[in-house]
Amino acid sequence: MTDIGHAVRQICAVYHNDASRLMDIIEAVQSRYGCVSSEAMNLIAQALGIPRVEVHSTVSFYSFLSNRPKGRVIIRLCSDPIDEMFGMLPVANTFEETLGVHVGETTADGAITLEWTPCIGMSDQAPAALINDVVVTYLSTDKAREIVAELRRSGDPRKLVHRLGDGHNAHPLVRAMVHNNIRRKGPVVLADLPPGAALRKALAMSPIEVIRDIKTSRLRGRGGAGFPTGMKWEFTRQAEGARKFVICNADEGEPGTFKDRVILTEYADLMFEGMTIAGYAIGAKEGILYLRGEYAYLRPLLEHILQVRRDAGLLGRDICGKRGFEFDIRIQLGAGAYVCGEETSLLSSCEGRRGDPKNRPPFPAQKGYLGCPTSVNNVETFCCVARILDRGPGWFAEIGSKGSPGTKLFSVSGDCAAPGVYEYPFGITLAELLRDVGAEDVQAVQVGGPSGQLVGPDSFGRRLEYDDLATGGSIMIFNSSRDLVHIVRKFLEFFADESCGYCTPCRVGNVLLLRKIEEILHDRGSPDDLHYLEELSATVKFASRCGLGQTSPNTVLSLLRNFPEVLKRRLKPPAGEFLATFDIRAALADTERLVGRSSVMYAP
Amino acid sequence: MSSKPRIATCSLAGCFGCHMSILDIDERILQLIELVDFDKSPIDDLKHFTGRCAIGLVEGGCCNEENVHVLQEFRRHCDILVSVGECAICGGIPAMRNNIPLKECMDEAYRNGPTVYNPSGVLPNDTALPLVLDRVYPCHEVVKIDYHIQGCPPPADAIWQTLVALLNNRPVELPYEVLKYD
Ligand SMILES: Cc1cc2nc3c(=O)[nH]c(=O)nc-3n(C[C@H](O)[C@H](O)[C@H](O)COP(=O)(O)O)c2cc1C
Ligand code: SF4
Ligand code: SF4
Ligand code: FES
Repeated sequence: MTDIGHAVRQICAVYHNDASRLMDIIEAVQSRYGCVSSEAMNLIAQALGIPRVEVHSTVSFYSFLSNRPKGRVIIRLCSDPIDEMFGMLPVANTFEETLGVHVGETTADGAITLEWTPCIGMSDQAPAALINDVVVTYLSTDKAREIVAELRRSGDPRKLVHRLGDGHNAHPLVRAMVHNNIRRKGPVVLADLPPGAALRKALAMSPIEVIRDIKTSRLRGRGGAGFPTGMKWEFTRQAEGARKFVICNADEGEPGTFKDRVILTEYADLMFEGMTIAGYAIGAKEGILYLRGEYAYLRPLLEHILQVRRDAGLLGRDICGKRGFEFDIRIQLGAGAYVCGEETSLLSSCEGRRGDPKNRPPFPAQKGYLGCPTSVNNVETFCCVARILDRGPGWFAEIGSKGSPGTKLFSVSGDCAAPGVYEYPFGITLAELLRDVGAEDVQAVQVGGPSGQLVGPDSFGRRLEYDDLATGGSIMIFNSSRDLVHIVRKFLEFFADESCGYCTPCRVGNVLLLRKIEEILHDRGSPDDLHYLEELSATVKFASRCGLGQTSPNTVLSLLRNFPEVLKRRLKPPAGEFLATFDIRAALADTERLVGRSSVMYAP
Repeated sequence: MSSKPRIATCSLAGCFGCHMSILDIDERILQLIELVDFDKSPIDDLKHFTGRCAIGLVEGGCCNEENVHVLQEFRRHCDILVSVGECAICGGIPAMRNNIPLKECMDEAYRNGPTVYNPSGVLPNDTALPLVLDRVYPCHEVVKIDYHIQGCPPPADAIWQTLVALLNNRPVELPYEVLKYD
């Protein structure tokens, strides 16, 4: 085992002992040794010439990285409410029983670890889990037992895949049981385009003209914030710097979102084409696809598509014969951290560090990856770019609504007949969408994921577009049997877990919000709590450093605004002086036992 | 009984420092006497409430059942309850025991401590002694608290301004200097 020194040095050498590739190095060490031990951290630090604490800080940040050995197989169950609605709790119990461990533990033989993880991007085929890199979907208690039996037999998660999914899910490089569930195709994203067609049209123009076209199309970012893409590119192009970068944000961590998964599976060429056009437009030679760790199963296919594009002259030097235009793309794998979808955290992560957000300004367009001007865009945004260059900005701007041109992919999950991916022109009403997906008896819809808003039937006439009900794509549907307070609690648990911990309002505030909602759930809420929740939410939103904390209270606020009666039903004024959450008997029990007498003042 | 509003004060698990700070309003204590009557308070040594109070000032958190009882009485008799100082708001120094299991605290205090002589190892259990709680609770985890004045102790000015504002039904103005502690 002394050879770990040799192996680690070799791995570091593959990445030219470049500390900014620490993520890749750590991932390689972990996949070889099962964890990044203290010894391995020392060796990495030595080889890269960086303080050990930097290695430790990266390892400890990401939930998929570990400094202690875990099972050879790690089962990660999706903990989101959607999966719970479709029977995850009995499935989890079955795993616990058959494995003889609780969630969070490893079997005594070191073979299997059982964990919770937030949304793995399979909400349309819940309940779902990741077993190492292998996705398993539509789980049941029977399947759980079969899975454990197979893992005990072969120890090989790949053997769990019997029937392959549709499209590229059945590709020899993927071999996943995942289904695309494409329910409605539109003209922009989910449509075919011969590789290179849009790129050639772009290269026939000057970079400035390409940016002008994107501006004319009025394309806005599809990742959530809706920033005008042309403007972002212009800033990046104009920023000083010899080296510039294009980054595609495929972190897709917002629970209930899985449309990027489908693009990555079926339309990766379109996305890479958009990235290459971006490289040409802003003057970047290098691109990075930041792929969430949960989608590692797609990596071999994506690497293959990149190679095919290189071989076809669509990446590399003198692309499409255009002298001097050089661009290539590498894949950076994430490791299970929602906050890394926030663009400045994503940059930190690409640089090999813990996914802490950065201060703004400077914005990534001025100083991004490694301090160079960088444009970060969503997967779907790049697909729109390619289509705009192919069909023209006028064609694109005609689709959709006034402030929101084009189409949008919606990831629909929850209580409906046909969960899956739908491409619609912007501006359709929520009611139209709900009708098409076969949703009945709808109590509430979470639009835009936990960081978005929970709306009720009085909002179903509203339009899905930037200026009304904005969403990065997540649409979760809850029928009248669902407990909305419980759902909000699950969302707050998610934020409390995923907060990077850098700033107090988010790190502490989300925990306080969670506690208060839990008290209400346990019938210990009082009418004063409404005011408390309102004030605390406002503080967390106002004082947090990045988008995570600035949006995490939305779930609470929309419950307060749109479903006051759901909350009020559970609140009652305390009967005496004590708060409903204070239990004097419980507070005295230990002492009574220790001293051997009961309280006189508060007799049992 | 005079028609002046009444105020009450108490020290729960505190060091009386906050009460010292109340007295630290110096000669304004005379103005205060003009404005209010003191009900139950260590200041006049009244042991029981004599009537309804406008304001109760609470120093210290709850470390035992007696603290809880007094706080309960305060909530019952006061229209507005104010947590004064770090101990009332967060538990303060006494709450340092909250990270140590209760039994360990008891053992250290009554059995194993270097200055303890207790051959029978019995823990104090006379009914005259209030039982300690499993941990030290800030006041607002026990009863509803309407306002908090922070500081250890809060400066006399902060207490004074708060009292005057509450008595006159005006928003309190606490300039930055009054609430700056570093
Ligand atoms: C906590 C958090 C998570 C985010 N996750 C994602 C994500 O998974 N994918 C994404 O494209 N944008 C995500 N964003 C938005 C990005 O910060 C950024 O705005 C976006 O990638 C820009 O691309 P666009 O202009 O094409 O939308 C996230 C933002 C926050 C605050
Ligand atoms: S708001 Fe603060 S603590 Fe929360 S994720 Fe952002 S930087 Fe981290
Ligand atoms: S807050 Fe400070 S001054 Fe007041 S009781 Fe506590 S320790 Fe004493
Ligand atoms: S995979 Fe469970 S909610 Fe997305």
